[in-house]
Amino acid sequence: MKQLLILFLFSFFVGSTQAQEKKNKNLKYTTEVNGNCEQCKKRIEKAAYGVSGVKMASWDVDTHQLSVILNEEKCSPADLKNAIAKAGHDTDSVKATTTAYEGLHSCCKYDREP
Amino acid sequence: MQKYITHLVMVLLCIPVFAQEDLNEVKIVKKQKGIKKSYTVTGNISTLTTKELAKAACCNLAESFETNPSIDVNFSDAVTGNKQIKMLGLTSPYLMITEENIPSVRGASQAYGLSFTPGTWVESIQITKGAGSVVNGYESISGQINTELLKPLTDVPLFVNAYGSTDSRLELNTQFSKKLSDKWATSLFLHGNTRLSKNDMNNDGFLDNPLGRQINILNRYQYANAETGLVGFVSVRYLNDKKQSGEVDFDKDTDRGTTNAWGAEVNTERFDLSTKIGYVFPDQPYQSIGFQNAFNTHNQKSYFGLNQYDIKQNSYYSNLIFNSIIDNTKNKFAAGLNFTYDKYEEFVNVTDYSRIDNSVGAFLEYTYDNSDNFSLALGGRVDNHNRLGTFFTPRLHVRYNPWEYSVLRFSAGRGKRIANIFAENQSLFASSRAISILNDGGKTYGLNPEIAWNYGLSFSQKFRIFNKNAEAVVDFYRTDFSKQVVVDVMQSPQQALFYDLQGKSYANSLQIEFNLEPVHDLNLRTAYKFYDLKTDYLSGTYQNPMQAKNRFFANLEYETHATEKGKQWRMDFTFNRIGKQQLPNTASNPINEQLPDFSAAYSLMNTQVTRVFSDVFEVYVGGENIGNYQQPRAILGSENPFGPYFDASMVYAPIFGQMYYAGLRFKIK
Repeated sequence: MKQLLILFLFSFFVGSTQAQEKKNKNLKYTTEVNGNCEQCKKRIEKAAYGVSGVKMASWDVDTHQLSVILNEEKCSPADLKNAIAKAGHDTDSVKATTTAYEGLHSCCKYDREP
Repeated sequence: MQKYITHLVMVLLCIPVFAQEDLNEVKIVKKQKGIKKSYTVTGNISTLTTKELAKAACCNLAESFETNPSIDVNFSDAVTGNKQIKMLGLTSPYLMITEENIPSVRGASQAYGLSFTPGTWVESIQITKGAGSVVNGYESISGQINTELLKPLTDVPLFVNAYGSTDSRLELNTQFSKKLSDKWATSLFLHGNTRLSKNDMNNDGFLDNPLGRQINILNRYQYANAETGLVGFVSVRYLNDKKQSGEVDFDKDTDRGTTNAWGAEVNTERFDLSTKIGYVFPDQPYQSIGFQNAFNTHNQKSYFGLNQYDIKQNSYYSNLIFNSIIDNTKNKFAAGLNFTYDKYEEFVNVTDYSRIDNSVGAFLEYTYDNSDNFSLALGGRVDNHNRLGTFFTPRLHVRYNPWEYSVLRFSAGRGKRIANIFAENQSLFASSRAISILNDGGKTYGLNPEIAWNYGLSFSQKFRIFNKNAEAVVDFYRTDFSKQVVVDVMQSPQQALFYDLQGKSYANSLQIEFNLEPVHDLNLRTAYKFYDLKTDYLSGTYQNPMQAKNRFFANLEYETHATEKGKQWRMDFTFNRIGKQQLPNTASNPINEQLPDFSAAYSLMNTQVTRVFSDVFEVYVGGENIGNYQQPRAILGSENPFGPYFDASMVYAPIFGQMYYAGLRFKIK
């Protein structure tokens, strides 16, 4: 226990720049993802599940909120957003490329925020 | 009674039929559907909601399937008064019947168990066609029926239901629920029913339905803690059911055990105690542990004429289950352990058939769902049973949505069980048949366990026709018995034989369903069902007796828009055409004590009208068998019930004729 504490304090001081925290294996994370319909829901969730470490993903059509549980040891929220943007859906920080967006089905072409 | 109904109908008609509705406001209310069939779950499951249950006279579970095409409700024989249900053409012993996922109708309760759950206690019923899940056990062969009772935390504080019918049956259900704290709630359900007066509509000197009374009490406690993820149930239940049937002149105090008059009594006392504990990991909602325990004691004392039959079963059931995921929620699994113990004290006349059965088993079920158009559930279990040995039970369910609004399903699985030959075939005691077991050296009654494989394919498609919502469903299932205990009434009208199947036995069932909403709020469900069940008997291969090859079902329901206060009319009409049925062999009897080889085809019609006055109060009236069809000859040899030709077990159609009923429902929210 004492060793652990020392180790912990040590890592805390050393890693002060990166603010190292203990990685959560079951991090609950919710973020907004732009989309329209049931088809979008399938695509978004599929993209989320494509990220190794994402254990559960559910996107709500009405609120546009994507709720996931992910293993921080394997991936980060940033990885998640990249994967979703790659599938054609904008997130708060990572936007889809124009080609990815144009590739969506016509009913899925949500109003993009500038 | 009839007068009472006439008055009630008049009162109902006097109330302006379509009460004024305020059309200024547009409200989108999602209506609860009576039967729900999901296109995204893996198994072929239909869920009956309380709304569907309210459509039939529905006094108990056995009667709650009358508006459902997947399950055929058979006729009670005059002696036991018991309605048996069939799925895919097979009777309830081949179904797994559970209450909140704990096996409920099995062993000693097989014949009457369904009538021991009042319809008003039920929150929903899930019907799975074909091989069920491995989680609940190895016994299910043609399907699974799970009943969820009303939950104390969500139930209304007070519910009262009173019912009366022209066959002189009265019922009263009183249900109380109360929240004890934000985590605890309790329910107390009281049910009583009785039939006091004797009916003999076909003038054969025998009662058409048994006299009886039932007291049924359930008290349960529910615990739910959202913060810790802990949930729990404790239920205690007591049942006392008495039935008397036979000749109208039979007096149980003086005629029992004599040949003065033929009579039967079936008295059952039952006590149930069950607990459930569940834990959902707060930071992992997809991971949980459940632990169920159930103890019950079931004691039936009965006699049928000079046949005495007593069975007492003490059982203990325990199930531990762990649910979690592999990588992500597209890959789920359930793993766990089961333990069952059954102690039977069974006496047929003076022969003691008492036995103890016990088993332990482990199961694993893996579910893959691509969260789009495909899912698969693959399960297996290994059990060790003192009479069945060690054996493996595999089950598979696959779902695929090939295109929009469609679903294709496949299932396959194996089931194995012990036939409780006497408990399951009690109606044979109500005959002069000599019951013999052709012993093969098996471990139960000298017979071997039953083993069957079930395969099924189902396709559903929703579409629009003439701009109306429609749905078509085609189901095909086959059950192949590799081992079966044959109940043979084809050999001789004076014998009932039980023996291990020599040869083949199978059940094919095809169901073609078409559903349409021709006008808004009007729903039509139709189904054609074809059953091909054949068994190799000692005397040859026959279509299983008392099973129609062809059946047609139609149900029409209509309801008016509910007003702000909940005022509404609901109407419902069910039509059943039952094709000719193979009858037990009576060819060697004297000519006037014979039945034809096949029964005539006939039709049945049921209807019900419900008037909802408000959220608090509603009244319903209805009729069953309004076409008044009666089986031409319900009891063979009824003039001489102690003679060689007496048989009250061959019932394939209603005996009583038309029946009308009325009832009310009152609830405080």
